[in-house]
Amino acid sequence: MNRQQLTGWGRTAPSFATVVRPSSDEEVARWLGEAPVIARGLGRSYGDAAQVAGGVVLDNSGLRGMGPISPDGVVTVGAGLSLDEIITTALPQGWFVPVTPGTRQVSVGGAIAADVHGKNHHRDGSFGDHVLEMHLVTPTGERTVSPTVDPDLFWATLGGMGLTGVVTRVTLRLIRVTSDRVLVDTDRFDTLDEVMAAMVSGDDDYRYSVAWVDCMTRGKSMGRAILTRGEHLDDSSADAPRAPRPARLAVPFSAPPGLLNPLSIRLFNEAWFRKAPRQRRGEIQSLGAFFHPLDGVADWNRLYGPRGFVQYQFAVSDAHADTVVEAISRLSASGVPSFLAVLKRFGPGNSGPLSFPIAGWTLALDLPVGPSRLPGVLDDLDDLVVGAGGRVYLAKDARLRPDRLRAMYPRLDHFLEVARRVDPEGRLVSDLSRRLNLR
Amino acid sequence: MDNAFAQPQTVVVLGGSSDIARAIVRKLCAERARTVVLAGRDATLLERAGEEARDFGATSTPVILFDALDPSNAGTTIDRCFEAAGGQVDLVIVALGLLGQQSHDESDVAATLAMMNVNFTWPVAALTRVRSHLLDQGRGRILVLSSVASVRVRASAYLYGGAKAGLDRLCQGMADSLRGTGVSLQLVRPGVVRTRMTEGLSPAPFTTGVNEVADVVMKGLADSRAVIWSPPILRYVFAVLRHLPGVLWRMVMDRAN
Repeated sequence: MNRQQLTGWGRTAPSFATVVRPSSDEEVARWLGEAPVIARGLGRSYGDAAQVAGGVVLDNSGLRGMGPISPDGVVTVGAGLSLDEIITTALPQGWFVPVTPGTRQVSVGGAIAADVHGKNHHRDGSFGDHVLEMHLVTPTGERTVSPTVDPDLFWATLGGMGLTGVVTRVTLRLIRVTSDRVLVDTDRFDTLDEVMAAMVSGDDDYRYSVAWVDCMTRGKSMGRAILTRGEHLDDSSADAPRAPRPARLAVPFSAPPGLLNPLSIRLFNEAWFRKAPRQRRGEIQSLGAFFHPLDGVADWNRLYGPRGFVQYQFAVSDAHADTVVEAISRLSASGVPSFLAVLKRFGPGNSGPLSFPIAGWTLALDLPVGPSRLPGVLDDLDDLVVGAGGRVYLAKDARLRPDRLRAMYPRLDHFLEVARRVDPEGRLVSDLSRRLNLR
Repeated sequence: MDNAFAQPQTVVVLGGSSDIARAIVRKLCAERARTVVLAGRDATLLERAGEEARDFGATSTPVILFDALDPSNAGTTIDRCFEAAGGQVDLVIVALGLLGQQSHDESDVAATLAMMNVNFTWPVAALTRVRSHLLDQGRGRILVLSSVASVRVRASAYLYGGAKAGLDRLCQGMADSLRGTGVSLQLVRPGVVRTRMTEGLSPAPFTTGVNEVADVVMKGLADSRAVIWSPPILRYVFAVLRHLPGVLWRMVMDRAN
């Protein structure tokens, strides 16, 4: 028994729980006899989703194993495997993960619990859209679910934040690549309107697309942005693709409070913006540099100091694109410091009642905890987002007001019904589910 | 649950009708507090405090009655409070207190015992139980209302100041003992505050209203400050006062009265 203090990636709201590392379905099932209990992967969700104060946390890293990759890219993996481990094995054989978030350091179980998306959502959907089948251990028994076998439970689990059971094995379809490189086009825009117009008109031509937006400038250059879009480089003549390198830098300890302040963030944003070319076509980048730039620095979350940070990510439909503009102008006016924000287009969402993406726009902002007006600014943004029929991403959330959840996820009651069916006693609990009254 | 900004959702208030506690609860409810368990002596006042909390956003305000003159009920009272909260408790505010009337109490054994029970013994017994509950939870915070009167005990209120001094020092030790457990204890040391308790007292320097105290407390909670002084300048005033030679201290205090 190992009692540990846990937080999410944002390093806020810590709590203590007993952490165990089951390595088989039977062990997971045995631990589900305890309550409250929740699974945890690599702890990359920002808030309190993978911790449960006073309960049992199932570290899924013992659920390993990777089967052979079939000729059409289908593979079965243990839910504790990280995308990094899958890429390391699969890439030299010419396969890549169908969806990757901004870090490779997420477990497959975590990717399912959050139904993560990547720079290709507008084309390829979220992680769950590439899952063919998964094996789930619930408090009422084991189940193998798929879009055709118990689809309600399958979809509720995608984005279900671990509250429908513990995913132990997953069958998914990888994508074919012929190189470990990406062909990247970069464009710099002086205003938010320009970058959004460019994304609406041009994103369909690229498999991957994401824009970094500066939320710290006001007036004319408010929302200036750098748009990077790319495709896998097709180069069968080159050597076999090689897996990305592990992090070479690390932040060894928590930074002093206030390292990231309005001034230092403004300077960083300025430098980031200036180093980008006005326009560059056909640059060749490594997969790691393109998809996971932050993975180059281990534990970068420590830069935010002892009080940690929150990420605010919301999605709205195209009809409410003005919400993105309004959110950025409010943040820029409030002076709450934010690192470069990430703006992306979403394709249609899937059937997961708690899956985050909806067709349109998503904006993600990293905000250090500290400024006393920040909680209020974010509460007001929630109202704005709800008013626009949008939602925030639970994998990032650490502060949403519980009564906003139902407005953001209209199929919440369906989710709760499915969760109650497999877990009638409410054993699966996280600090997030308590905070949002999710059970 | 506390969120990333350390805003509690479930709060237990011991001494729920205290003016300072009510002011803090109003602000907590304006943020995220939804369940506020109000424990105290006077059902009518507690119901009124509950209505007020609901006006500010609370959805559930159970009332628990107890008599702080009898410390033997502290354990069961805390159990009832945690049960009424119906889940994890994020914040326990210890706000009960009795100012008494020094000129009368100082020569009355029963009154002296009452002062110690309400200001020291009952709260300490309760804290013992609160501590266990929160350690079981794996998280939670305790906010104890002490007083600047505890920093250096004055002749004119040595019963109140002495009892608060005992509570204050004990809590400092308890706070240190809780480090690394996920549970924390913070002390509030307000100066003179205009409340029902201090009605009729002659005004002292740095007297504030309850809302000012509550503002300072909210900031201290967000910052996880070990000791919250209200107004904050009193920290420096008392850094000097506590080291004054006795003769000077008595002169200053005589003048202040």
